[in-house]
Amino acid sequence: MSLSVEIRKKYKGFTLDVSFRTEEGETLALLGASGSGKSITLKCIAGLLTPDEGRITVGDRVLFDSAAKIDMKPQARRVGYLFQNYALFPNMTVRQNIEIAWRPGQAPMGRGAAAGNTADRGAAAGNTADRGAAVDALLERFQLAAQALQYPVQLSGGQQQRAALARIYASNPEVLLLDEPFSALDSFLRENMQVELKHDIKGYDGDVVLVTHSRDEAYRIAERLVILDGGAVVAEGPLAGIFADPVTAQAARITGCKNISHIEKTGGTRFFAEDWGIELDAGREILPEHGYAGIRAHDFFVCGEGEGFPVSIDETVKGPFETSVLLRTPGQRAGDAPIWWIVPRGFDPFGTERLSVSPEKILLLR
Amino acid sequence: MVLTPILISLKTASVAILFTFVIGTALAYLVCKSRSAKLRSACDAILTLPLVLPPTVAGFFLLLLFGINGPFGVLLGEIGVKLVFSWPATVLAATVIALPLMYRSARAAFDQVDPIYIQAARTIGLPERVIALRLLFPLSASGLTSGAILAFSRGLGEFGATAMIAGNIAGVSRTMPIAIYSAVMGGRMDEAYQYVIILVVVSFLFVWGISIFSESRQDKYRLKARG
Repeated sequence: MSLSVEIRKKYKGFTLDVSFRTEEGETLALLGASGSGKSITLKCIAGLLTPDEGRITVGDRVLFDSAAKIDMKPQARRVGYLFQNYALFPNMTVRQNIEIAWRPGQAPMGRGAAAGNTADRGAAAGNTADRGAAVDALLERFQLAAQALQYPVQLSGGQQQRAALARIYASNPEVLLLDEPFSALDSFLRENMQVELKHDIKGYDGDVVLVTHSRDEAYRIAERLVILDGGAVVAEGPLAGIFADPVTAQAARITGCKNISHIEKTGGTRFFAEDWGIELDAGREILPEHGYAGIRAHDFFVCGEGEGFPVSIDETVKGPFETSVLLRTPGQRAGDAPIWWIVPRGFDPFGTERLSVSPEKILLLR
Repeated sequence: MVLTPILISLKTASVAILFTFVIGTALAYLVCKSRSAKLRSACDAILTLPLVLPPTVAGFFLLLLFGINGPFGVLLGEIGVKLVFSWPATVLAATVIALPLMYRSARAAFDQVDPIYIQAARTIGLPERVIALRLLFPLSASGLTSGAILAFSRGLGEFGATAMIAGNIAGVSRTMPIAIYSAVMGGRMDEAYQYVIILVVVSFLFVWGISIFSESRQDKYRLKARG
């Protein structure tokens, strides 16, 4: 069941105009800064917001089509939505939260053996006993059996997220939307939860769309990436491909490329990077549409006289495992931003006089 | 002192609160569901009018509508019911005057429910009716309850509209506030004192009850993750 989205929605001073589609059973990440329109996109898919125009389909089901005047209610869309703060109903226990989402004729999807068995029985009879069994299976699967009778306030962040996922599974959606699922968690919990969520959605047969502003999160969970900026799609494709070649300057920035410069072709494969004040060789033809170059902060290496370019260290910022070094070159203009270079924790950057970068690490961008 | 006005008042306020609660909550729910901001504010204004107008004005309109020659009065007359200057008229007056308090409390209670719960409920496929009964009303319970107590207390103290439409018939429509008025006018100050004390004590207990209740409900459902 592939999800296809093509929508436009106007706000004061902001226009959302996005289109993308998922391949069947694939996890797609919508990556963008806050205000890029990613949450609005997700709410439009779920039917919580109405686009001005466009079309949203899941397989051959039309959820929204402005031309045909179709605007399915959220209840009928079968689109599961994991909210940032999980939105568990506070007046119900974990068990009740899951129970209320389950309807006769439906059963939790997924590969869990117990869940699979109940699916058959649930479809045949759809009575209260089946619901009980189906809910038991979900509680078991999401390791919530011990919390079944607790209220959401009594749960940890991770348990709340699992309960919210169990509730969504009980409603048997064809598409699963995850809206910044880790933003409510402390940073030390976040990585564990990313692994856990990845495991939980593995058994899910439908498409998954993850919204995030974190490239790490997108990288860990998704297989396909759509980058949003200012309400428009600036890059789309398989995850590894986009990180290796972001194509546009915006996409490079959003995938975490710290150094981006305007460039001027000086001949063949060489260019002058205006914002860095240096001339570099890209090792490949520079095309007329290439207006920018990018170099990731990890990709510089120290070199000797006769190679690379001279640098002076402006400042260093120490992190727990890495140090960010802010550099200048003699050719840089007064207002130019420093160049970022990231080195391992133990490495002493002081005394470095010249840096270089392999031509294949230089991103040529539009 | 005659006990009848106390009994009439309690009976009137008790029956009136049933109507006020159902009508006020239903109207608030319908208005909250409306997508038009203009319609919502127009409804708010109209339904608040009985609160800000002198009760005699509300009573005047009730007389126009339910009097023997009024449109509803004629309808009721055809089935042999004469509403004005009867006990049901005290219920009608108390219902109309207390309605804004119930309506506004319910509106505020529904508005403070985090819309994310409603959105989540929709995406997991719950019908609007189930969302209202299992989610919106329970999450608004404290607001609805304090609104009901406020409306009940207001109904208990209703005077102006009651005097206009139900009159002052001893044993029929003479509620406590009207009995106090009659006692003072008739120079029976002792009797007036007794009614006043009862009314003050009863009203105080109800309003105090709201405060205790709403204190105890606070934070009950607040989610950790929201902080």
